[in-house]
Amino acid sequence: MAPPQHDEPRTAATVTASRSLVPLPLPPTTEPRPRDPRLSDVDEWGRSERVRELAHRIYQPIYERWFRAEWEGLDRIPSDGGALLVANHAAAIPSDAPVIMHGIETEMGRPVYGLADHFFRRVPGVGTLWARNGGVVAHPDNAYRLLREQGQLVLVFPEGTKGPAKSYAERYRLRRFGRGGFVEIAMRAGVPIVPIAVVGAEESMPTLVRIPALAKLLRTPYFPITANLLAFGPLGAAVYFPAKFKLRVLEPVTFDVPPGQARYSRSRIMEESEGIRQRIQEALYDMLCQRRSVWFG
Amino acid sequence: MGRRVLVTGLGTFWGGRLAQRLEADPGVDVIIGLDRVDPMVKLERTEFVRSDENYSILSRIVSATRVDTIVHSFLVVDSTQMSSRTLHEINVIGTMNLFAAASSPASTVRDVVVKSSALVYGASSKDPVWVTEDHSRRTTPRTAVERSLVEVEGYVRDFAVDNPHVTVSMLRFSNVIGPDISTPITKALELPLVPSIAGFDPRIQFVHEDDVLRSMMFVLDEQVPGVFNVAGDGLLPWSEVAALCGKRRLPLPFIGDRMAAGSLRRLGVDLPPELLDLLRYGRGIDSRRLRQTGFRYEYTSAGAVEAFVKAERLRASIGGREPAYEYRDDVEAFFKHSPAVVRDRGR
Repeated sequence: MAPPQHDEPRTAATVTASRSLVPLPLPPTTEPRPRDPRLSDVDEWGRSERVRELAHRIYQPIYERWFRAEWEGLDRIPSDGGALLVANHAAAIPSDAPVIMHGIETEMGRPVYGLADHFFRRVPGVGTLWARNGGVVAHPDNAYRLLREQGQLVLVFPEGTKGPAKSYAERYRLRRFGRGGFVEIAMRAGVPIVPIAVVGAEESMPTLVRIPALAKLLRTPYFPITANLLAFGPLGAAVYFPAKFKLRVLEPVTFDVPPGQARYSRSRIMEESEGIRQRIQEALYDMLCQRRSVWFG
Repeated sequence: MGRRVLVTGLGTFWGGRLAQRLEADPGVDVIIGLDRVDPMVKLERTEFVRSDENYSILSRIVSATRVDTIVHSFLVVDSTQMSSRTLHEINVIGTMNLFAAASSPASTVRDVVVKSSALVYGASSKDPVWVTEDHSRRTTPRTAVERSLVEVEGYVRDFAVDNPHVTVSMLRFSNVIGPDISTPITKALELPLVPSIAGFDPRIQFVHEDDVLRSMMFVLDEQVPGVFNVAGDGLLPWSEVAALCGKRRLPLPFIGDRMAAGSLRRLGVDLPPELLDLLRYGRGIDSRRLRQTGFRYEYTSAGAVEAFVKAERLRASIGGREPAYEYRDDVEAFFKHSPAVVRDRGR
């Protein structure tokens, strides 16, 4: 197969079309592979199973005793093949991502890669730690490769930073689901979307006020003053309130569209995106109706 | 009739080595090398033409020699070697003149191979883990070498559009490492402590110098048009690269790393800005397109680093980068031409 010539004029159309050409599958090869003297187990995404295992050991008591996470419908997450997990996002320093990732990894034994804003990659220490624990920059190419070619579980919060940035008064009210990019990726990768509704994260680190000037100065997406900071002082930047976590996995959504296309119908994408948002929102309201106590569930 | 090849930058690491490989190819009739300085390696039948760095005499050479193939290996990717003005002259003006000459009406050029670099992608927090050839970078190039390479690629693209009968292959190489080559990265790895940026452990990719030459010969032979990323398999955390070298890291502060690099420069350790970006965010280039055309690598990223480490250890014992056996012109001439030497030929 002749590779595409690189020299067509770069109109908007070719640029978008070339996006889809991204991953070229390689024919299976039986040739001897060159020697690969690796020393660490860090994979191409920056994840290390050794680090992850250590993190599991440290996080297990927090997961089990502090948040007392409780799952409902975990069997709806496919036990093999790629799937895009989509959840609501909350808490000033989001506590939901570690709970979901830890929960699925320990209870199902499958790795979960968490997509996050590229902001994390810029933060010294945090960025590396996040990558070693399965964090990946939320880029369509990254998601496509993980889902389509490697058949992994990928967690994404379509609200983006708008979720954790919202104040306590707006808790459990979902923000806009981006521009529906997550639906498009799932369609292109040919994987189901598994919506997850999370209750508890909002109360684990509620934002009282935001200081936009500081956020601008520090070049962070937002700068919150949390109830934790008032309660525990500086320690509050790291200590969560022991809110009871409940997670409900909803029925997976599949799309009967051919995978691997450059573009998908925008109206269909927005429709599906809004539908998933609705379902998570309704599940949240339902779970909140049944909740008697923030701390005991 | 064999090929007539023009190699730019014959005096550079790559130009000389490529000419050696071309000399070994019976399908190549004529090899002409251009540079300001003498070639560093011994060449048998390559004709060396001394030129200025921006090739103002080039169109005369192209028309006089009727070359059909141009290998443009004279693109500077190591910004520590020269001022940004010289770098601009060599990369941008040199390429401009080269392609002006190659696209003249009388030009006989049919194949062009350009040795570009993954530096055109930059390294930023917004990049995907694997960049493909079609990726358009989101940040504007900040360093002189990146800017010049982006401009160079623009000239190459224009040339390819204007001359559809010419096969233009442009290779973007990842960080080259190996037994012989010296780059800012190899120099950093030769230090007692390997510089890094505190809080960052990016994943970095390497390509072995032999794979670089092999891939250039491959696209020359196969005549595959297009842009290709060239990089060994796998991404290595910088900490692992240091560990492969058996060394510890010296973290530079994450704020003011450029200033820290400035003071290191005074101590003789030159970390160019594009390397600092790499040590922060790393870069992975997807090399599957070239693989699909049939090219096979002999080294993975880790394997390439290992080859470098072995050669480095050998150098530590015997010293110097020079090869153990030095080619002696007069001795070889004696063996070739002296009537005193008994030759088996004709028996």
